[in-house]
Amino acid sequence: MNPNSLVSIDDLSEEQILQLLETARYFEEHPNHKILDGKVVATLFFEPSTRTRLSFETAVNRLGGRVIGFSDASTTSSSKGETLKDTIKMVSNYVDLIIMRHYLEGAARYATEVTDIPIINAGDGANQHPSQTMLDLYSILKTQGTLSNLTITMVGDLKYGRTVHSLLMAMKYFNPTFRFVACEELRMPREYIEFCKKQGIPYEEHSDFSREVIDSSDIIYMTRVQRERFSDIMEYERVKDLYTLRNSMLDTSRNNLRILHPLPRVNEIATDVDDNPKAYYFEQARNGLFARQALICNALGLEVGK
Amino acid sequence: MTHNKTELAVAALRNGTVIDHIPSEALFKCVKILGLSATSHRLTIGNNLDSERLGTKGIIKVADLFFPEATLNRIALIAPTAVVNTIRDYEVVEKRPVELPKAIKGIVKCDNPKCVTNNEPMETLFETVDDAPGIIRCHYCNHTVTNSKATIL
Repeated sequence: MNPNSLVSIDDLSEEQILQLLETARYFEEHPNHKILDGKVVATLFFEPSTRTRLSFETAVNRLGGRVIGFSDASTTSSSKGETLKDTIKMVSNYVDLIIMRHYLEGAARYATEVTDIPIINAGDGANQHPSQTMLDLYSILKTQGTLSNLTITMVGDLKYGRTVHSLLMAMKYFNPTFRFVACEELRMPREYIEFCKKQGIPYEEHSDFSREVIDSSDIIYMTRVQRERFSDIMEYERVKDLYTLRNSMLDTSRNNLRILHPLPRVNEIATDVDDNPKAYYFEQARNGLFARQALICNALGLEVGK
Repeated sequence: MTHNKTELAVAALRNGTVIDHIPSEALFKCVKILGLSATSHRLTIGNNLDSERLGTKGIIKVADLFFPEATLNRIALIAPTAVVNTIRDYEVVEKRPVELPKAIKGIVKCDNPKCVTNNEPMETLFETVDDAPGIIRCHYCNHTVTNSKATIL
């Protein structure tokens, strides 16, 4: 097991998170710093995810490293029945770092136990996606100038959204106030409500995406309400447009408000929001590059010069 | 004399192990976890016996067999009240309550079908949750299981 592996955002202390955000900023200011010269990194995507994979691969390439890997398990020996353990052990012979996405929950954690090569979890089923959380934190820090004492409103699918769960947990160090806006069927799960209570984090639950909620937010984190999540299709039809953000809803919002979305955006953010300076979701995706560069260097135990 | 008729009519153990104060609903699972289902040692199992502590209880008595502490602690998950008595020469030389280890390896099945432990040849691993006694968490996928409802492998 390699101590620098990253499976869940909980693996990182407050100090480590702040250090990584500092490193991300360094990489944004110094693109094409060839710190990975001579390193080979594997991107093992057992489940497709073009956006995350391209982001990680670009991160490696811009740092001067080389990438090998696959983007779909059906073309690999997994389809012949090779176990995950064997695949990881085999690839460990070739590379300095493994970045993996897998459809089974716990796959990344298991991978850390079968090799001494560091592992970065690029998503395991509905479980963890720590690099998304890091880029979300970096985006919040960049736009607000701080992570502390912010009012963060999360909207949409709060039940199944692993990005909102992970962001909620990571923010525990920074004294946030949360607003959760969702329909009854997709409410924030109990265990995360309990988490807020235990950590002394103030929160409110709303089923209405109202002007009051928008106007008191520093960050609005939008997520997609997926049809597949509903046992009752009539309920989906009833709520699908209730949690859509339109440009007209933003005219009395705070100047520092920014709209985040892990993407892909379907119709939960109307396209008329895109030209509003408060729309940040595309820059957010760009921040993924710098955040992932920081995570890669951290996993390889590389110190990044200031 | 009438008092003796309510006791199990079984010879006292000369050497062996008695596990007492097992919750009745967990008795047979304990037998399974201890690997006693097919033992050739003299074995007495009692269930639904009167108990001051639990209302009703189960009890396991096995002759000439002693278990390592780690094995005994495996039943702590479903029988947290169990007490293990080591018998030598008809005397109870040790009496110890079972203790739930922090890491529960290979005993409990994860009930998440998408957990890697249900799809790869590997052992399960659960951990106790700090502020939630009676609940354990899968080390891999983070799903929680209530101890009493745990599926024992």
